[in-house]
Amino acid sequence: MDTQKPIVMMTKQVVPEGKKSFRISKEGRFIFLCLLPAILFVSVFTYYPLVRGIIMSFQNYTLFDLMNIQFIGLDNFVNVLTSPDFPRVAMNSFYWVFFSLVFQLLFGFMLALMMQKKFRGRGIYQAFLFFPWAMSGFLIGLIWRWMFNAQFGVINDLLLKTGLIDAPISFLADGTWAMAAVIIANIWYGVAFFAIMILAALQSIPEELYEAAAMDGAGRIQQFWRVTLPYIMPTILVTILLRVIWILNFPDIIYAMTNGAPAGSTHIFATYMIDKVIFGQDYGQASAVGVIIVVILMLFTIFYVKATKVEKGGDF
Amino acid sequence: MHREHLGWRTGRAIVLTLFLAFAIFPLYWIIITSLKGQKEIFSLPIQYWPQQVTLNNYLEIFQISHFQVYIWNSFLVSLVASAMVVFIAMLGGYVLARFSFKGKRQVMFGFLVTQMIPMFIGMAPLYVMMSKMHILNSLFSLMLIYTVMLIPFCTIIMSGFFQRIPNALEEAAMMDGCSRLSALFRVIVPIMLPGIAATFIFAFVQCWNELIMAVLFIDEESVKTIPVAMNAFIKKYDIEWGAMSAATVLSVIPTMLLFAFCQKYLVEGLTQGAVKG
Repeated sequence: MDTQKPIVMMTKQVVPEGKKSFRISKEGRFIFLCLLPAILFVSVFTYYPLVRGIIMSFQNYTLFDLMNIQFIGLDNFVNVLTSPDFPRVAMNSFYWVFFSLVFQLLFGFMLALMMQKKFRGRGIYQAFLFFPWAMSGFLIGLIWRWMFNAQFGVINDLLLKTGLIDAPISFLADGTWAMAAVIIANIWYGVAFFAIMILAALQSIPEELYEAAAMDGAGRIQQFWRVTLPYIMPTILVTILLRVIWILNFPDIIYAMTNGAPAGSTHIFATYMIDKVIFGQDYGQASAVGVIIVVILMLFTIFYVKATKVEKGGDF
Repeated sequence: MHREHLGWRTGRAIVLTLFLAFAIFPLYWIIITSLKGQKEIFSLPIQYWPQQVTLNNYLEIFQISHFQVYIWNSFLVSLVASAMVVFIAMLGGYVLARFSFKGKRQVMFGFLVTQMIPMFIGMAPLYVMMSKMHILNSLFSLMLIYTVMLIPFCTIIMSGFFQRIPNALEEAAMMDGCSRLSALFRVIVPIMLPGIAATFIFAFVQCWNELIMAVLFIDEESVKTIPVAMNAFIKKYDIEWGAMSAATVLSVIPTMLLFAFCQKYLVEGLTQGAVKG
């Protein structure tokens, strides 16, 4: 991020020693005042609730009994982890992230490669392809909920017409199908993001690299493995990391499509937590779920960064 | 050689077309549904084109559910929050791009971390805070929280935009007697307008689409935003798909227009920042 030569450094030589402290304090005040609103807002409304949330996860904080809030140690965590829902929520979260990510990456990559070379109407094509990204997860969930409708849904109709199935499927009433359905909706939404990122990386590859590779006798496929892939790898690795974090924390589509139904079989951690806040009103347990999400993400990030050496890849 | 080339081109065209169909079909379907009458929506076989186009669904959501109120609320919240975000992020981004100072890395890190930590963990405490501030069930609570949610990401994006503008410009202005702040607003901001617009629109779309905080904070009819109203729609009745489709189409139009309008800048800015807010 910090590639520009800072003014402070550049002006240092011309400022006489004696005036230095005055300059810095004036400039320091400007820096401080400019950053103050941002830091203040984020501290009060992001970091403070975050810390409070962590504290809450160790308290019996429920809306039913606000008079009697105490520290109860790890009880919330024990309750969440030993609840019969937990294994399913954990597995669902894994499926949700894993399959969404794999297919978004695969399709996004494919699209980016195909859009790398200019063709007529590419701009318009790009706009159409990327538009799901301008929609809210909630609306996306609603649209797909309607399309997956057992009786009047268009997806059943298309599958029947093409002969892929003989009888309509109750997609959202069957746990396994419902999980697949929410993931399909999420793939639809997220392909564009990977496509954007990879396309941008592809377009930043210097043409000379390909020319040099061609001179060395590399064919199209060899060029892909030797030039394209290594060059865009850092972007892909960083994007994957960000997406894992973001997909795991993205409840909107599921919230609108099934809200965990049928019988909790499509809950992921994020929707489970919302359920505990809005319906259970158990802030202690909800916060415990939140802390569990953060711990999982932290462990994953550390492992991922170590395994891929992604920190070399970019200044994100 | 020539044949292979042609094969590659044809294959590419086919795959791209299939993807386009996959991308736009859901939108097509929701528009078609919104134009069908109640009977036709729930009739078999399914019609891929309405037999009788009707605007009844649209009329209904304005007459029965006061959709205009929700649109106005969403618009107001998004506008105010995005304006605040852009202003705050501009100041912060400028400083981060132009100066090196003690604690800069920590500030950047602090902003980046907020992108990784789920907002939910602070959800319950935020609710309690808002309730103690007596701003639950007000548009102000949403303006405030959206501003906060977007500041880190937009500040980082802004600082990326500032870095692309040479120092010499404001140095020249300061040489001519401008203060740093007036140099910023008189010289740099006009050049940066595309970037500022992109950031504003990004923020606007995010606010327009946000659901969870809105559902948590807002309960009263007169201050509902579109997502909250639609959420209530789901819970109360068995979904009325005609009205729901019409509401979906209407609430997608503004963001879609904005998105189409500034897609280029947006993509540029986002790939620079390499983070999703």
